[in-house]
Amino acid sequence: MATVAASAPGPRVRVRRWASGFRSRETWAAFAFLSPWLFGFVVFTAGPMIASAVLSFTDYSVIGTTHNVGWANYHQMFHDPKVATAMKTTLIYTVMVVPAHVIVALGLAVLLARVGRAAGFFRTVFYLPTMTPAVAVGVLYLLLFNGDFGLINGTIAHFGIHGPYWLIDPNWVKPGIVLMQLWSVGASVVILLAALMGVPQHLYEASAMDGASAWRRFRDVTVPMISPAIFFIVIINTIDALQTFDKVYTAFFNGSTPYGTDASLFYVIYLFQQAFTYYHLGYASALAWGLFLVIAVVTAIQVIGSRRYVYYEGSKK
Amino acid sequence: MSGWRKSTAFLTVIAMVSVAAITAGLASAKNSKAGAAAAKADSPGLTIMGFGKGDDVAESRAAIAIKAVGGNVSRPSGSFNDQQFLAAVASGNPPDLVYLDRQKVGSYAAKGAFVPLTSCIKSQKIDMKQYRQAAVNEVTYKNQVYGIPEFYDVRTILVDNNVLDQTNTPIGWLNPAKPAQLLAAAKKMVLISNGKVTRIGFDPKLPEFFPLWAKAYGVDILSKDGLTPHLNDPRAVKALTYAMSLINAQGGWNSFKSFRDTWDFFGSDNQVAKNQVGAWPMEQWYYNVLAGSSPQVKITALQFRNLKNQPINYETGSAWAIPKGAKHPGAACTWMRTMTSTSTWLAAAKNRAALRKAKNQPYTGISTGNAVADQAIYKQTYTSINKFFDETTKKVLDVQRFSFGIPASPASAEFKNAWNDAVTRVLAGQQTPKQALDQAQKEAVAAIKAATK
Repeated sequence: MATVAASAPGPRVRVRRWASGFRSRETWAAFAFLSPWLFGFVVFTAGPMIASAVLSFTDYSVIGTTHNVGWANYHQMFHDPKVATAMKTTLIYTVMVVPAHVIVALGLAVLLARVGRAAGFFRTVFYLPTMTPAVAVGVLYLLLFNGDFGLINGTIAHFGIHGPYWLIDPNWVKPGIVLMQLWSVGASVVILLAALMGVPQHLYEASAMDGASAWRRFRDVTVPMISPAIFFIVIINTIDALQTFDKVYTAFFNGSTPYGTDASLFYVIYLFQQAFTYYHLGYASALAWGLFLVIAVVTAIQVIGSRRYVYYEGSKK
Repeated sequence: MSGWRKSTAFLTVIAMVSVAAITAGLASAKNSKAGAAAAKADSPGLTIMGFGKGDDVAESRAAIAIKAVGGNVSRPSGSFNDQQFLAAVASGNPPDLVYLDRQKVGSYAAKGAFVPLTSCIKSQKIDMKQYRQAAVNEVTYKNQVYGIPEFYDVRTILVDNNVLDQTNTPIGWLNPAKPAQLLAAAKKMVLISNGKVTRIGFDPKLPEFFPLWAKAYGVDILSKDGLTPHLNDPRAVKALTYAMSLINAQGGWNSFKSFRDTWDFFGSDNQVAKNQVGAWPMEQWYYNVLAGSSPQVKITALQFRNLKNQPINYETGSAWAIPKGAKHPGAACTWMRTMTSTSTWLAAAKNRAALRKAKNQPYTGISTGNAVADQAIYKQTYTSINKFFDETTKKVLDVQRFSFGIPASPASAEFKNAWNDAVTRVLAGQQTPKQALDQAQKEAVAAIKAATK
């Protein structure tokens, strides 16, 4: 260890090495290619993020004088009961929707992988709902999920099941939103289908020769081989679920007198209300950073957990 | 290696050109923006936010107002949007005039985003007495007027006479002053089939009309100065408890709302045409919708009454206001005065009456914030449709005398959300009226305190 520590270059050496890279024409070429993205990142992402971090320590409301309020917005965030309610709603929803999304997407991808000639057609059909605007999905949801007269409850009534009041009963609002979200599972289906197509056929043949059942082949061959794709979908959908806004806002909080309750008050909806209904942009900035931290922590946990469950071909494990 | 160097150099050139093109594009955009800004600063034009191209009433008045301000008027499409307005203010380029919900005026005034109209009213000799007092109160904050009232929405109880006849329900029972009779009427008229509501007897219109129910039970949910909420006043709790009992007696909120959501509100198969509701308090503009979509309906308009059996009316509407930093406040003032004057309203009403006549459609008049204009419109433009619509039109004009509005408040959005959310929680069965309104009171007090800090 001592030898390694002694041979490690100091900061000056590291900077000099980094700077020496610019003598190479390839480095300039790389930065030239990167520059449009870097420009966009600085202006449209990093800049607003820094501005939002600064604003989170103020009482900025666009109108009127702005004062430095120190940590007051963050203090308020921890003592605002609506923040706790909204975060709870968002987390419960995330726990419900992400597994449901993965299971449905994987199921559909497996089915599509077995379809022969018409695979392209079905891929398009499953992907089409992803193209539907979120606002349209929100409105459609109100029509489909009407408790007494909606298509969903009308269909399950044929099986003798009296469907719940998805849009009104606080206990059923979140499951209803989960079902609405599954409408746009198409993008994940396409990713998983591509991963399924990449699983080497000889692994299935070998396992079949060993007498493995179809379920065993799926569990021990398919799932590990496509685990990087599943992990990607889990990460992306977790972040998406924690940022849920447009569809739910359209369905429950749009209009001059909305019918949304705590059951549908998602974190970003509350953040939006604080920013653009009450003009508390400083507080809303603090809320945004709060969500950023939550997402960062959840993602970090998922990444650490993935080391155990995700198999990368060519890795040492 | 040489080939590699060449291709690298080639790609580098392409990348550099791309970056240069993007930079040039941005610079050119900036220059053109600067040019446009300079041109804008030089022009005497008036920019209006929230008043995009509208219907014949809006456009015929706008034509008169455009002449009055000398032509050059910019009216981007769309209604008033808080985000857009805040962005314009933040960029230091606020519009000269905004057209928005009256209930928002107080909040913006408290934040210093709007200018008081004292000098505008004085210099343009705007007669404030012509406007309805309840509407003026809505745009008055700390004794200063910040807005000029435009439209004026009033509420009456809309009765479907067919349902009344089918169920032998006396029309006199549809009176909130007699809660037991109204409840009996609701039960008599409601139709529930296989556990589903298929006709609502009486819809109390919650959460929207909670202020009206509270007023009927004797309490204003906000003090006149807009600073003290009375949401958990026992009378407000009693009002909400009663209004909820009406819903509970008609199948409960779940089934009630599920059915209500299926109505073809603006179509010819609307809930009145299909006898899907006995009666409910509703804004006056809906008579106009009915006259157009289903003029054959047999309806009656009743005054909403308080427990003392006196008529009351909850009014809302729109207003004009001038943002702080407006470049053309004089033109903005002229526009507001012209748009809301008696002669302009009358011209618009005459135009609409003629248009409707040409299309052989009924015309029910226009309800404005200008009381003088309303009388003139009714006298000079209204022509009989049938006895039902004639009577409702008269009633709508009559109830305007008994109006109240929600006073201007520095935290109007928070206040509205507080009571709206409270009523929604009660409807969803999450809280009792007392619990919900106690919570709403706390939220409203905290919001107003924060806004006046």
